[in-house]
Amino acid sequence: MLNKIRPGWGLLPVVIFLALWELVARFNLVPGQLSFPPFSAVVLEFYHLTASGVLGDNFLASLGRVLIGFCAGSIAGIAVGMIMGWVENINKALHPIISLFYPIPALGWLPLLMLWIGINEMLPITIIFICSFFPVLYNTVTGIRNVDKQYIQVARTLGASDARILTTVVMPLALPNIFTGLRLEAGMAWRVIIAAEMVAIPTGIGALMMRAESLIRIDIIIVCLIVLAVMCLAFERFFQYLEARMTARWS
Amino acid sequence: MPAIELKNICQYICRDVSLKIRDKELMVLLGPNGAGKTTIANIIAGLTDYQGSVLFDGVAVDKLPANRREVGYLFQDLVLFPHLDVAANIAYGLTAKKQTPQQAQSRVKQLLQMMKIEHLASRYPKHLSGGEKQRVALARALAPSPKVLLLDEPLSSLDMPTAKYLRTELKQLQQRLGITTAYVTHDLQEAEEMADRIAVIQNGSLEQVDKPERVFFYPRNEKVSDFIGAPNILDCDYCRSLGKGVMEVGCGGLPIIVPHDGESVHRIAFLPGDIHISETHPPGPEVNRFQALVTSINPTDETVRIGLKAGALNLLAGMPHYIFEDMSLAVGKEVFLILKLRRIRVYENKDSQRSDSN
Repeated sequence: MLNKIRPGWGLLPVVIFLALWELVARFNLVPGQLSFPPFSAVVLEFYHLTASGVLGDNFLASLGRVLIGFCAGSIAGIAVGMIMGWVENINKALHPIISLFYPIPALGWLPLLMLWIGINEMLPITIIFICSFFPVLYNTVTGIRNVDKQYIQVARTLGASDARILTTVVMPLALPNIFTGLRLEAGMAWRVIIAAEMVAIPTGIGALMMRAESLIRIDIIIVCLIVLAVMCLAFERFFQYLEARMTARWS
Repeated sequence: MPAIELKNICQYICRDVSLKIRDKELMVLLGPNGAGKTTIANIIAGLTDYQGSVLFDGVAVDKLPANRREVGYLFQDLVLFPHLDVAANIAYGLTAKKQTPQQAQSRVKQLLQMMKIEHLASRYPKHLSGGEKQRVALARALAPSPKVLLLDEPLSSLDMPTAKYLRTELKQLQQRLGITTAYVTHDLQEAEEMADRIAVIQNGSLEQVDKPERVFFYPRNEKVSDFIGAPNILDCDYCRSLGKGVMEVGCGGLPIIVPHDGESVHRIAFLPGDIHISETHPPGPEVNRFQALVTSINPTDETVRIGLKAGALNLLAGMPHYIFEDMSLAVGKEVFLILKLRRIRVYENKDSQRSDSN
């Protein structure tokens, strides 16, 4: 019975995976000339990188960019989405433009923004902003427009003004949709920042990976990948948790 | 509580509807699905655009948006806010009215008591039964002390016993509060139980506005008659009490026994389905059994309608297709008919022809 397995057992596959990794690397079971550090070497490198502050500095640089870009993009996306979802004419006016911009991958903006903004802190933040803004906007508009019109009508007969209906009925009911957007984009922001840092920015986890590559330090690259995986997961889980906290009682 | 008046309301479904609902009255808007009943409720609430005029106590409210009309509206689907608990749902219209939290809280408490749902205060709608949701939705609509109450098929989503029970309760509550009410339904029986007066609506037009029993006994035209089941309505020439709650009335030369105890009977009515047709002479006492001639046979979707002539009376009987197919009825054939005693409805009032629509 799968559901009888205690939560701690979920880690078992991970442990087996790490053990296999260690064995394969130790006994050089990888064919060809690939340099493949064992798990223990990666852990050791993680310790060195942390102790020297290199990992911490680069991690904080990436984290700061993600947080600023993501928060600004989400807030802007929710705000514009609220207006578009609520005011039919604004939606009609903006929808074609948004539909045109939405499919452009965030990284597609990179060459353009490198020329417009130059290579500085604003560049990755802007990329993250774009990466979060459109999907959150899209999900907010969808969420608001999917709210059953009867809720709005009943609130109206109960004497509520439009502003009050929007804030106390429509937005709460659109929350599940909005959170879907936020959750997806929180993980996506990390994927995008790494790419941006690899190409253009001299600091951050992505930049660290590129430097490790030029020094053929596979252990450092793997440390970075693990940090990245954990952060993507942590961000997505955070929003999952937040959504559950805010809607569990009624949805 | 004000009277409601609709003056020449036109909307894409409504055709020149004029209707007065008196102060404290419960007016049932009765009609088939798609007749425009809900539209009329929406017009009173200000949720739909329309031409013409709506007046509350003689004052036009056409310029007022829905959130300032002070109308309590109970929707067919109830639409409780799923993200708010019961108390917050009920309080919604109070906070919109800018009452202080203390005032709102005591009003919510009062309504919870009135609807006997105090124990549900902190529950969320998804954990409520149909009947409980019903009470919460009604409490929410009544909380801001609306001038007018609109109920759109409020019991249609409930099982029969609950609906029946709540119907009585709703009527009592409406009388106690003395709130002018428009009640939308397509159910004739519900309409007759609830209504002070019934407005029969078909295809967006008002066909008849009358007391419930008068709608049944004096349908103003064929459309109304068809909607209430095309009853056979017979004027009585004489009536005499036989005691023990039965009375004999004479209609078109036939003596008909009806269950009645009281004033003299002026009209009787029974639905086509309440005439039983037999090809052979039925056994039993000769009560409400007559010889008749089949004059017409009209199959419809649900039943076969059979025209009969008994004495001087032209009657309409109805039977399911499967029964009709087992019999060999034909126009001109002699048959026997039995009137189901308990299904005959009687009308006492003498002031017959005056219609009550104003």
